[in-house]
Amino acid sequence: MPDTATMEKMAERLAEAKGEKKEFSGSEILLLSLLKEGVECVFGYPGGAVLPIYDSLYSGSLRHVLARHEQGAIHAADGYARATGRAGVVIATSGPGATNLVTGIANAQMDSIPLVCITGNVAQSLIGTDAFQEADIMGITMPITKHSYFVSDVNDIPRVVKEAFHIATTGRPGPVLIDIPKDVSNAKAPFHYPETVSIRGYQPHCDPHPIQVQRLHQAVREAKKPVILAGGGVVTAGAEEELIAFAEQARIPVTTTLMGLGGFSGEHPLWLGMPGMHGTYAANHALLECDLLIGIGARFDDRVTMGRLDKFATGAKIVHIDIDPAEIGKNVDTFIPIVGDVRKVLQAANRGVPCSQSEEWLQQTAEWKKRYPLKFQDSEESVKPQWVIRHLYETTHGKAIVTTDVGQHQMWVAQYFQFAKPRSFISSGGLGAMGFGFPSALGAQLARPDETVICVTGDGGFQMTNQELAVAALMNIPVKTVIINNRCLGMVRQWQEVFYQERYSEVDLTASPDYVKLAEAYGVKGFRAKTKEEVVQVWKEAMSHPGPVVLDIWVTPEENVYPMVAPGSGLDEMIMGDEKQ
Amino acid sequence: MRHIISVLVNDQPRVLARVANLLGRRNFNIESISVGESEEPGLSRMVIVTNGDERMMEQVSKQLHKLVDVIKVQDLSEHPSVARELLLVKVEAGPSVRHEISGIVEPFRASVVDVGPHSMMVQATGERSKLDALLELLRPYGIKEMARTGVTALSRSVARAGV
Ligand SMILES: Cc1ncc(C[n+]2csc(CCOP(=O)(O)OP(=O)(O)O)c2C)c(N)n1
Repeated sequence: MPDTATMEKMAERLAEAKGEKKEFSGSEILLLSLLKEGVECVFGYPGGAVLPIYDSLYSGSLRHVLARHEQGAIHAADGYARATGRAGVVIATSGPGATNLVTGIANAQMDSIPLVCITGNVAQSLIGTDAFQEADIMGITMPITKHSYFVSDVNDIPRVVKEAFHIATTGRPGPVLIDIPKDVSNAKAPFHYPETVSIRGYQPHCDPHPIQVQRLHQAVREAKKPVILAGGGVVTAGAEEELIAFAEQARIPVTTTLMGLGGFSGEHPLWLGMPGMHGTYAANHALLECDLLIGIGARFDDRVTMGRLDKFATGAKIVHIDIDPAEIGKNVDTFIPIVGDVRKVLQAANRGVPCSQSEEWLQQTAEWKKRYPLKFQDSEESVKPQWVIRHLYETTHGKAIVTTDVGQHQMWVAQYFQFAKPRSFISSGGLGAMGFGFPSALGAQLARPDETVICVTGDGGFQMTNQELAVAALMNIPVKTVIINNRCLGMVRQWQEVFYQERYSEVDLTASPDYVKLAEAYGVKGFRAKTKEEVVQVWKEAMSHPGPVVLDIWVTPEENVYPMVAPGSGLDEMIMGDEKQ
Repeated sequence: MRHIISVLVNDQPRVLARVANLLGRRNFNIESISVGESEEPGLSRMVIVTNGDERMMEQVSKQLHKLVDVIKVQDLSEHPSVARELLLVKVEAGPSVRHEISGIVEPFRASVVDVGPHSMMVQATGERSKLDALLELLRPYGIKEMARTGVTALSRSVARAGV
């Protein structure tokens, strides 16, 4: 939340704009439009083509976070969006500023995160001439945005902003780009913000078809071995309570995808864990043997099905609930398609949902959970990464927002931190973009200042965006960064060990900076731990320190993520990791 | 199977790029695309000829629908429809064979639209197969250049006399 002084300035600004005849510059209109949308904080980086926009920001009526790289800015905006469900806003200049956003835009598109990305462009008289810092960012990002606008007339700005927020946040959310050439942000016009929005080609489906809900009831009634596969759509729709009610009434166990973690409490007895490549035995075998599979806001991607559809839920009727009709039938054949907002669908489904015939099946899944829990070989001499994650979980009682980077540590967080609440696990799922963890934690913490925000990252990933330490220090954003330091690109090393006969090619990170000194150079507190006692100690200190902290935790480098399903194998071919003994 | 898809889109800059980009990115193949005005000001009609099984066609149509600038998607292969293409072809034709070529062209209700010292240009419209047949007959004379518009199509009225 902005402070009171900023709020007053915002209100003043909007009041001023009421003077009907007054004219404003395009950049002022943009700012006023953002205020109208209730935007409290934007992330960005200035440059030539956005000079007019930054000049408007100078008044201080909108909080701006100056990242140290546009990728940092957009991941922070993304973290802000994931932590709140509201659109994150990022501003970048033309050319290199805009192209630096590309990874972040793709990331948001893959995970259906609402972002409004504002880029400056060169003046329209120069467009198409390869002018200095010109890039066709609209063309570049066409495949990775939900929609995009090039604003050629200053009078269009309010409508475009209104539409952009509407499109970004409704239906299946996603990133929307607004490209504004410099002459348009300089041009003058009066400010009229539209009250409503109507876009002929954009009418997201919301309410489910009653007949399909009846068919779902029938299928549940008949099912002996049902399972729910809950994905990110549950989190997006805020349907966690409805999902618990549905699962409990119908007596159906639940597995949550990486994006769905927290959408169904990891502490609930019906939870089976995460499925797929690094999923639990219980979750994968439930998917293999079920007779009814209810996919809810999940897209059956290859990290869950392993791309082996011939082996995936072969004996099951598949029910697919999703707000995006294009997801239904894309990867798996669907017996009952239900298009709609997941929350609304579950609300409808919960009226009169029957109990399935799952008694024996629930015993079976519980037995699997007991017999094949996640496990690792703990050690007293060295620090095991899994132990670190469990320690974080136990000491916070799970009451924290955890962001991750990409790699082994990400999977260990997914496995060993049992997320009980939606929007508490923030991770680059679809794109798997290293560099996401740290800046997204900053965004999440700014959005939810009262929560504990932990960034669990790898020594590889942290180095992709660690320049944002400057932001953490300057704004005193108290994110606790935990580097799971294995001195290598762990996940790649694991694949080279398992699939490439231990030919470790370019994964050695021993020549890395001293992360404690690096943190200190930015004015951030740094700690190092190489034993379990030290971990316990420095974590305590980190948690009691009111500002940002970086923990450099040295773990055993040869640890692998298990269970594991090799690419090309079916979910029935799990490598449990204890085969050698 | 070959499908003809009619897509009503906003007449906006880049709309063709959006559609083509989507089809390419999703690995849907395109035989032809034609775009032009529609009956409604501000909207264009795109006619896309593509190949694929039922599942693929369902994806094509659903993914097209997700584009904000797409208003309506219709698979014309599911309804009676009229599909036509325009062909312009420049055939090698010295004075001695001009008459012969005119004779070939006539039954196709095609016409000669330009004559030069060594060539003549034939214009034909119709279904793809008819144009293919005409081309086969013209090929022995030597085809110097040709251009085809790709298919454009409309669904037939429900109660109609087929022409
Ligand atoms: C931007 C980017 N480049 C490359 C990769 C491929 N990749 C996936 S995991 C991984 C290793 C990550 O190493 P580290 O950050 O140390 O985490 P660890 O796996 O050791 O926990 C790499 C290189 C990626 N996901 N993202």
